[in-house]
Amino acid sequence: MERRRFLAGTAAIVILPMGSASATPEAMAAAIAKVVGNAPVREGRVSLDLPPLVENGSTVPLVVSVDSPMTVADYVKAIHVFNEKNPQPNVFTARLGPRNGRAVVGTRIKLGDSQKLVAIAQTSDGQFWSASADVIVTLAACLEEAT
Amino acid sequence: MANVLVNAPKTAKRGAIVEIKALILHPMETGFRPGPNGRIIPRNIIERFTASWNGVEIFDMEMSPAIAANPFVSFFAVATEGGTVELRWTGDEGFVVEERIAIAVE
Repeated sequence: MERRRFLAGTAAIVILPMGSASATPEAMAAAIAKVVGNAPVREGRVSLDLPPLVENGSTVPLVVSVDSPMTVADYVKAIHVFNEKNPQPNVFTARLGPRNGRAVVGTRIKLGDSQKLVAIAQTSDGQFWSASADVIVTLAACLEEAT
Repeated sequence: MANVLVNAPKTAKRGAIVEIKALILHPMETGFRPGPNGRIIPRNIIERFTASWNGVEIFDMEMSPAIAANPFVSFFAVATEGGTVELRWTGDEGFVVEERIAIAVE
């Protein structure tokens, strides 16, 4: 009994820190709440394009485009991208304005696991719009040997 | 000396929307990865990318370790007047790189 309890104890110690080293859907929700506060987030107007099946999670092309006239009166102020299972929930925050003409931002990201990504756009009148995408990753980022 | 690759049109019609693409050589080390000695490699990322058109900031991006190595960013800008677009990357370990490109507006 003593030995069994000891083993169970060490197993818990070993597993816990690894679990906390990764973002969770709750961590993503918290990161989103930090940005939007209590404001409602509606689905639509945003499109989040990335391949549904990713072979190499080290570089995944991603484009966020928001349907907006991008005029001085009505423009997209910011685009935020969040993930569920990378070590941290934030991916990037881009700040835009009427000088951009089009509310489109492209980049390449890392994905540590198959997961859901969320893009949230904040318009100049304070509304939040979102889109999400599920991605399957066959080879995760960060697993390759560092040299 | 950092290597930067910028792709943007050299000339644009007044009021046209142009796409600017920028790529910079950088490891974007996450700070979550163990090195060959088993110790975590310290974080070394670009934290911020900004673009200014004739000194007016038009685009700003806060990056995280989830941005892939050799960060690529594409965005759009209205060609209001001819001039210089200044791109600036700043990050960990005092990383600062500036690149200027000229866009003529007719």
